[in-house]
Amino acid sequence: MTTTKAINKEASSREKPFHIVKRTDMPTWKSWLIRILSVLASLVVCAIIIVAVTGDNPLEVYGTMIKGAVGSARRVWVLLQEVALLLCVSLAVTPAFKMRFWNIGAEGQVLMGGLGATAVMLLLGHKLPAPVVLVLVIVVSILCGAIWGVIPAVFKAFWNTNETLFTLMMNYIAIQIVSYFTYVWSSNKGNNVINTINVDNHAGWLNLPESVDRYGYLLNIIIVAVLTVLMYFYLNRSKQGYEIAVVGESINTARYAGINVKKVIIRTMLISGALCGVAGMLLVSGTDHTITPNTAAGRGFTAIMVSWLAKFNPLFMVLTSLLLVFMERGAIEISTVFGLNTSFSEIIAGIIIFFIIGSEFFINYSIKRTRAKEVETK
Amino acid sequence: MENNAAVSFRHITKAFGSKVVANKDVSMDIMGGEILALLGENGSGKTTLMNMLSGIYHQDSGEIFVNGEEVHINSPKDAYALGIGMIHQHFKLVDVFSATENVALGMDKKTTGGAKEIAKAITEICDRYGFDVDPKKKVYNMTVSQKQTLEIVKALYRGANILILDEPTAVLTPQETDKLFAVLRNMKADGKSIIIITHKLNEVLAISDRVAILRKGEYIDAVKTSEATVQSLTDMMVGQKVELDIERPEIEDKQLRLSVEHLTCLDKYGVTALDDVSFEAYGGEILGIAGISGSGQKQLLEAIAGLQAAQDGASITYINPDTGNKEELIGKSVSDIKKMGVALSFVPEDRLGMGLVGAMGMSDNMMLRSYEKGHSPFTNRKAPRELANKVKEELEVVTPGISTPVSKLSGGNVQKVLVGREIASDPTVLMAAYAVRGLDINTSYTIYRLLNEQKKKGVAVIYVGEDLDVLLALCDRIAVLCGGKLNGIVDGRTATKEEVGLMMTNLNTEEKEGEKDDNNQSDQ
Repeated sequence: MTTTKAINKEASSREKPFHIVKRTDMPTWKSWLIRILSVLASLVVCAIIIVAVTGDNPLEVYGTMIKGAVGSARRVWVLLQEVALLLCVSLAVTPAFKMRFWNIGAEGQVLMGGLGATAVMLLLGHKLPAPVVLVLVIVVSILCGAIWGVIPAVFKAFWNTNETLFTLMMNYIAIQIVSYFTYVWSSNKGNNVINTINVDNHAGWLNLPESVDRYGYLLNIIIVAVLTVLMYFYLNRSKQGYEIAVVGESINTARYAGINVKKVIIRTMLISGALCGVAGMLLVSGTDHTITPNTAAGRGFTAIMVSWLAKFNPLFMVLTSLLLVFMERGAIEISTVFGLNTSFSEIIAGIIIFFIIGSEFFINYSIKRTRAKEVETK
Repeated sequence: MENNAAVSFRHITKAFGSKVVANKDVSMDIMGGEILALLGENGSGKTTLMNMLSGIYHQDSGEIFVNGEEVHINSPKDAYALGIGMIHQHFKLVDVFSATENVALGMDKKTTGGAKEIAKAITEICDRYGFDVDPKKKVYNMTVSQKQTLEIVKALYRGANILILDEPTAVLTPQETDKLFAVLRNMKADGKSIIIITHKLNEVLAISDRVAILRKGEYIDAVKTSEATVQSLTDMMVGQKVELDIERPEIEDKQLRLSVEHLTCLDKYGVTALDDVSFEAYGGEILGIAGISGSGQKQLLEAIAGLQAAQDGASITYINPDTGNKEELIGKSVSDIKKMGVALSFVPEDRLGMGLVGAMGMSDNMMLRSYEKGHSPFTNRKAPRELANKVKEELEVVTPGISTPVSKLSGGNVQKVLVGREIASDPTVLMAAYAVRGLDINTSYTIYRLLNEQKKKGVAVIYVGEDLDVLLALCDRIAVLCGGKLNGIVDGRTATKEEVGLMMTNLNTEEKEGEKDDNNQSDQ
């Protein structure tokens, strides 16, 4: 023991050149400056990798990315539409996450919402007047999403089951159910594809007339914009939002405050699931007008990142979802223009996101250099 | 260093952010073979200073010398290598491990020589200093005092010559404290240096050789304990003269407010935590609850607050002071009780884990118990903000702002926020658990004053405490719990410390019956 002690003593008499210190007082403008600088730094790193691996001009690659994302009116609309859809799912998972209920089942909840919309459009599209079909589409898809979200919440509230595993498993069930119905409802027996539903009368379609909205995305975007503002006020100003925050911080404190924790868990997941249902509806009756098992396209998982990056603030989530979608749209473009594999664009997106997340470290901690004066005296 | 100081701090400065300077140019010495008490109000930087010595923080500037040599302590491992061990307020032990396994944890087998060797070494250390540790005993079977002993043995085993104890007596009974002090004296005789952080001044006087005082992060002075008094230390600590008498105002008109009958509760493991407890609480009096920690205090208060289920046959009756109506509280939830118009305030033991939301600011915490008021679906944000400012001003809460998360405030300030909120709701019953735990003397007296103010207003105050001197000075009656049973109720004016201490540890069933009867009679 004495020998190790001597060695350690030797080690400890050397001073580390840096110390990491937590900081609490960074002004907002400075933290945003760090975030922007980190994005720039990530672009530099990406440029080096682009040159090293492909030999292409990085500036050209970036130019192509920007062009791919916002290069034409159509592309701008597609970008906004994709942002709206991702943002809608992100808004949906946020109350649950703020409550520390790890809802990773948004994917399944979105699919079930979409399936509800599909069912109404397919089965009632030619039997009821179009406005009635639309109302039913809205109600049924919200209901389907809410039910899919509330099942794990009930189990969590009454039997304290693990919501992470539960919601994850519910995703697989939802995918299988949708697969089953794409088979049952497939347009040509056996090919598992449902062709665009109600092409003739547009029953249950959630779009403005083409004369007003050329690409058919405007209504989706408006709906999500309104939801964003509502969610912001719900979480930050309402009594229910306050309850969610307290339950998320400490169940004991919530009980002490007289909050019915079971009720809050179930109610919050109803809202979370219902909003996922809305996202499913926007996908099916507002965008695709059909459904496949891949309709949610991983948004249920990407949304978790959007929500966390924005620290559960719906207004910041507009920015984070824009960033992710922008990267994705740009990536698709460079993979076609430069003939690169899509994995390459994913590498670039990954590096940029890594830098953005990493910048939080420099916002929360400062690295202090140990005094130089002492080294001189030695 | 010219003297025989074991540790010397020179010009130590440590800041958190740009606003909070925890230590400012602190220079002080700890001699070899002495017990130094480190004294200061909450937030005066005692723990920060010690954390730098034990490698948890690193100073912004200044030097630390150990045995005359300048050292750089970058991690707790470095501190151990220098023979510095710290016993924290919250024990760092693995519950499912035995004493030996806990000592072995994080050490190389080559240096320890295996479990048998460690067990032998533990026994040796115990014999040498008079500890009592069973090497095979699992930590979850240990009492608080035994866990603390194990922490000290662990530090000694790792070669600690300089031992830092952060409020070691906060969780101990008077008897256990005496035992700890005897061991500390043995260690001192063996040439070890001991730094003890405590707020209990009588203990400072009993155990230490010298007292070093910090105030607002700055080193004030060190005095010989033999030349100090409680009053002189307090004045130095606070920086001005402080009145050190706990008031006990006499209230003539006492009214029955709460009647607890045959209350039996189980803890979360289904073990009986509270066993057939009956007592009454009156408006205009402070009823003290004494007992070793974990004797059922938590269940008692939580049962009244509607947070703890009671076994069949129990009854808690609340008598409304305005209407005289009797309300049964058993089986009611917190919100039921609130809706019934029972103005119950509760300062729980776990401040940040139960009484407050650590991540929220003062303002948002103020509405924790009242956010439901009104019909609007939105919260009223103006009233809590005003209340937060009022509490901040009246109780002198030190915080950068009312929206700063309360978890970032020091312990005393957290407690002020909690007590301030609970009192602001104009309660008729006020329950406070360990309301001054970890608080400095100045803040503690503020809390006592607030409790007395409530008493004078006719509130029934139930005060769960651990410092018997305070309980005896503050309370009108003291109910003593022992292992979940009520071991009698004594008069705070006539009872002695020894009497209450004995009742806390020895349950005498025959005597208990008699005493209970006596009490019932005297109550009637």
